[in-house]
Amino acid sequence: MKQVKSISRTSRDNIGTVLMIVAIYVLVQILNGAGLINNQMRGLLVPLCVYATMAVSLNLVVGILGELSLGHAGFMCVGAFASSFFSKLFAETMPVFPRFLLAILIGGIVAGIFGFLIGIPVLRLNGDYLAIVTLAFGEIIKNIMNVLYVGRDANGLHFSIKDQMALGMLPDGEMIINGPQGISGTPNDSNFTIGFLILLVATVIVLNLINSREGRAIMSIRDNHIAAGSVGIPITKYKMLAFTMSAVIAGCAGALYSHNLASLMATPARFGYNMSILFLVFVVLGGIGSTRGSIIAAIVLTLIPELLRFMNDYRMLIYSIVLIVMMIVNWNPKSRAWIQAHFGRKKNNEAGKEGR
Amino acid sequence: MAALLEINNLSIQFGGLRAVDDFHLTIEKGDLYGLIGPNGAGKTTVFNLLTGEYKPNEGVIRLEDRDITGLSTIEINKAGIARTFQNIRLFKQLTVLDNVKIGLHNQYEYSTAAAILRLPSYFKTEKQMNEKALELLSVFNLEDEADTISANLPYGKQRKLEIARAMATNPKLLLLDEPAAGMNPNETQELMDDIKYVRENFDMTILLIEHDMKLVAGICEKLTVLNFGRILTEGETKTVLADPEVIKAYLGG
Repeated sequence: MKQVKSISRTSRDNIGTVLMIVAIYVLVQILNGAGLINNQMRGLLVPLCVYATMAVSLNLVVGILGELSLGHAGFMCVGAFASSFFSKLFAETMPVFPRFLLAILIGGIVAGIFGFLIGIPVLRLNGDYLAIVTLAFGEIIKNIMNVLYVGRDANGLHFSIKDQMALGMLPDGEMIINGPQGISGTPNDSNFTIGFLILLVATVIVLNLINSREGRAIMSIRDNHIAAGSVGIPITKYKMLAFTMSAVIAGCAGALYSHNLASLMATPARFGYNMSILFLVFVVLGGIGSTRGSIIAAIVLTLIPELLRFMNDYRMLIYSIVLIVMMIVNWNPKSRAWIQAHFGRKKNNEAGKEGR
Repeated sequence: MAALLEINNLSIQFGGLRAVDDFHLTIEKGDLYGLIGPNGAGKTTVFNLLTGEYKPNEGVIRLEDRDITGLSTIEINKAGIARTFQNIRLFKQLTVLDNVKIGLHNQYEYSTAAAILRLPSYFKTEKQMNEKALELLSVFNLEDEADTISANLPYGKQRKLEIARAMATNPKLLLLDEPAAGMNPNETQELMDDIKYVRENFDMTILLIEHDMKLVAGICEKLTVLNFGRILTEGETKTVLADPEVIKAYLGG
């Protein structure tokens, strides 16, 4: 039997991506153990995992499925609120480990349900409709969370979208979601190790999916949906699969995020349009379709603004220059050819994406 | 026994234009049938109707006595019709092997969980798919290109890969839309040999659209000639090509 090189090359690439994540984790733990990471950086470790996971999630939609999502922060928001809500409800009644595990799963599942519901009408269409609808979804979710009041007292749960008074709770009642003030006092369960594990699991799931029968079907839709239909690929089904899975991962990242915050508020800075665009920037600069690239871009672009804090006003200037340089390096044919010649691990031509 | 494909009274209208009008066609199992006609005659529209890309306004399409009129492209492919495209539509960013494996999609199965957890069924099925795909590629002398990204194949090989991918869906009827377009005479000769090979070794029934009269005269047994959406004439290749009406339609005389 003839040896198929591209298959073994792809699996080598995937193992490389996983090893890279593990190596970063070990490195950070060593640095941390040696006391070389200051408090400010330590506070950044969980968000780094959150953003890298979001990049993996969005890459599945943008890079592999070839659809544009401009509201991924919305899925993260849904996951964050759903999981925090659960954790608040069972804060006293459940031990930490199963509670947080369940919270992450619930965050993922609720976000996945939203992804599925959005997908049903929108993914039947071809074109930019998903971008439009997800953009709106991200904004709507943020605003709904800002007017949602949920309280709990001896009579059970109370919901309102008016104000705290409308809940009509008993005097001993406790607010769980308090409108614009959001959820405060979510148990602080997240840590770097759990973040690392979520990123690792998300990456392995996505990479294994991509290199399977269903992953190929998803990529065939990206490359040519008419041809995909002509060979009997159920297009809507696989679009739904990829998009829902991406929403689930984003929801898990949201759970990780919310359990790292003292108070969870649906502010534009956290879940707004700019965040969705930031995730898109990770994916685009990481080389659309490359999971490893997305993770690297997420890490680099999260660290740079923090590392440059001492430069005050020039910080964002440098940041934008880095963006431009990364874009040129990643997309200019000459620089790509140079990278290929010097680090010849890439696919045998520029149309192939590194490491997918 | 009923014919493999039977089309009756097929019509489609785009606005005021009847692109295909009262079209009929009967193809027996094992036929190598040609559909020819000047540019804009409606040949590709017939293909698009046959594969469910367009829904006909009137008419019935039967595949092995089963009414497939109005089914989706996916259902029609599963029913047993596969096609290639006039303007090549490959999965450009994927390897040649993956292109064929996507064609094999509906014949092999393992669960999403098996893929994600890399269960034994994943490895077993993938191995079978690789073997089957390489076997198909070797028919078209493409097995050495299995690792190449399909967009980087030379033009002639891209056309062959499209045929290989269509064959991978295990069709009963293969539709080839101008398979020799843009090929040089050598490539065309090779293609003719490949089509004959596929027909004999896979017991395939083929309907093809072609402008290259050398190819048409060389391999097609029967022809239907379309002009302005209507059938001009039909029958044995030799008789049809000698028909003054056909020559007139082609030369615009």
